[in-house]
Amino acid sequence: MKILVCISHVPDTTSKINFTANNTAFDTTGVQFIINPYDEFGLTRALWIKEKQGGNITAVTVGTATVEPTLRKALAIGADDAIRIDAAPTDAFYVAKQLAALVQENGYDLVICGQESIDYNGGQVPGLLGAMLNWPTVSPCVQMELTGTTATLTREIDGGKEISTAELPIVIGGKKGLVEEKDLRIPNMRGIMMARSKPLAVRPAVDADMRTKTIKFDKPAAKAAVKLIDKDDVATLVNLLHEEAKVI
Amino acid sequence: MSVLIYAETWEGKFKKATFEAVSYGAQVAAAMQTEAFAVTLGNISDDASVLAKYGASKIINVQSESLAEFTSAHFAKAIQQVAQANGADTVIVSGTNNGKMVAPYVAVNLDAALITNVISQPESVHPLQVRRGAFSAKGLADFESTANANVLVITPNALGVKEIAASGSQETTSYNADQGLRVATVQSVDRAKGKIPLPEAELVVSAGRGMKAPENWKLIEELADTLGAATACSKPVSDIGWRPHSEHVGQTGIQINPNLYIAVGISGAIQHLAGVSASKTIVVINSDPEAPFFKAADYGIVGDAFDIVPKLTEAIKAYKAAN
Repeated sequence: MKILVCISHVPDTTSKINFTANNTAFDTTGVQFIINPYDEFGLTRALWIKEKQGGNITAVTVGTATVEPTLRKALAIGADDAIRIDAAPTDAFYVAKQLAALVQENGYDLVICGQESIDYNGGQVPGLLGAMLNWPTVSPCVQMELTGTTATLTREIDGGKEISTAELPIVIGGKKGLVEEKDLRIPNMRGIMMARSKPLAVRPAVDADMRTKTIKFDKPAAKAAVKLIDKDDVATLVNLLHEEAKVI
Repeated sequence: MSVLIYAETWEGKFKKATFEAVSYGAQVAAAMQTEAFAVTLGNISDDASVLAKYGASKIINVQSESLAEFTSAHFAKAIQQVAQANGADTVIVSGTNNGKMVAPYVAVNLDAALITNVISQPESVHPLQVRRGAFSAKGLADFESTANANVLVITPNALGVKEIAASGSQETTSYNADQGLRVATVQSVDRAKGKIPLPEAELVVSAGRGMKAPENWKLIEELADTLGAATACSKPVSDIGWRPHSEHVGQTGIQINPNLYIAVGISGAIQHLAGVSASKTIVVINSDPEAPFFKAADYGIVGDAFDIVPKLTEAIKAYKAAN
């Protein structure tokens, strides 16, 4: 079983989000970068598959050399090898094209992405990749069981769940449920030591166009100070919700 | 050139998100000085002519056995065929779970740019520029397309439904299924009956560890039922199994943007805010006056949830009785 786990290198959840260069770029000053939380669930799920039935796990990121510590972390958690596709992408279409070229060249049975990255929240790569490869994509995938080359997949749909089956190879966009939070692997000292000697290959990007560009970033308007209402006067709250906020 | 809207149905019926997408598409079409067409896939039990009320000048229904169950690949192929037959170079999809799955396949089929999380009318149409949410509700980004065709996925409940009268002629077409498409085959669908799905709820009542025990959720459910709201919860509460994962809103759960979000006994960790801060109005009820959530709230009550929530339920009943 050859598994490709796509890792997005994203600002830590608790980061302050600021913009620079006249609001055209994300300001990385003082920002800690992490493995995208949705991808972490997929990486641990991949490790379980490997431990049960054997296989090889490759972690991949499309990015500049600055993403390598994040790939090393994936290696420390247990990926066997890592690939960095050397580019500075601004567009999911471009990223998916890079991943599709890698998949076509190396051949994988299963590609695990997160349902979205927590920076751009686009949720585009899993579906674009599946479409480019003519593979089924299942996202957001909250459960996956493999029997031979058949996957049984549970996907969240509006107001419920859908269970489907698909023959490998497939793409999934994972999230919590693939494994639980308590099951997430974290790097231990031995893993960190081993990660240093695991292969991290740098691969040139293939030609592809970027189809969108960011003109400028902005921050949501700051909220006015909270209006505190006395706990014995909830009727005032109901009035405000009706007359001022106009939500009921 | 024209604008094509995917008019999604659930068990043959339209929902508000569909009307929102159609009226958004009609406004985009007006800005582009062209027409808006809507496409429905498979069997529809609702009367599709209703889409004319929201600005669809033509409503195209595609019939095929391959469209009986949802698959991204076949749905996208059918949308592509209709787009090409009608000269559409802009496709609008609502960001429901199925919408978000089908849109990337449509974009690849049409060799188009894909922009998701769209929360505004276009700032310009040539080139197409729209505003989208990013950084888990902590940022906004103005995106410009550099492609000749575009697929826009709009955030449900972010743009609103607008009535725009249009002619709405109807036609039915067939779709020649491409048997070479590899798909996941749906085995079963399990939808909670009679409950409002969280992503499309306009009003949401949510609670956290401050409720102390799962049996105390009846207070939350009573408030939600009185309001006609959906229920949600914080991450710790779903992690310890007091509430199902499907109710977890926040960074790793569901991101929502209802008109009203009432948070009871939730401190407001940054991971939680990432999922809810796009809500239009936020009410926080917490016994801790230092709870960080108050900083992100429009209205707050400091006090004991077990005392306040029943009173609030009664006050809303009284308000509803009087109005």
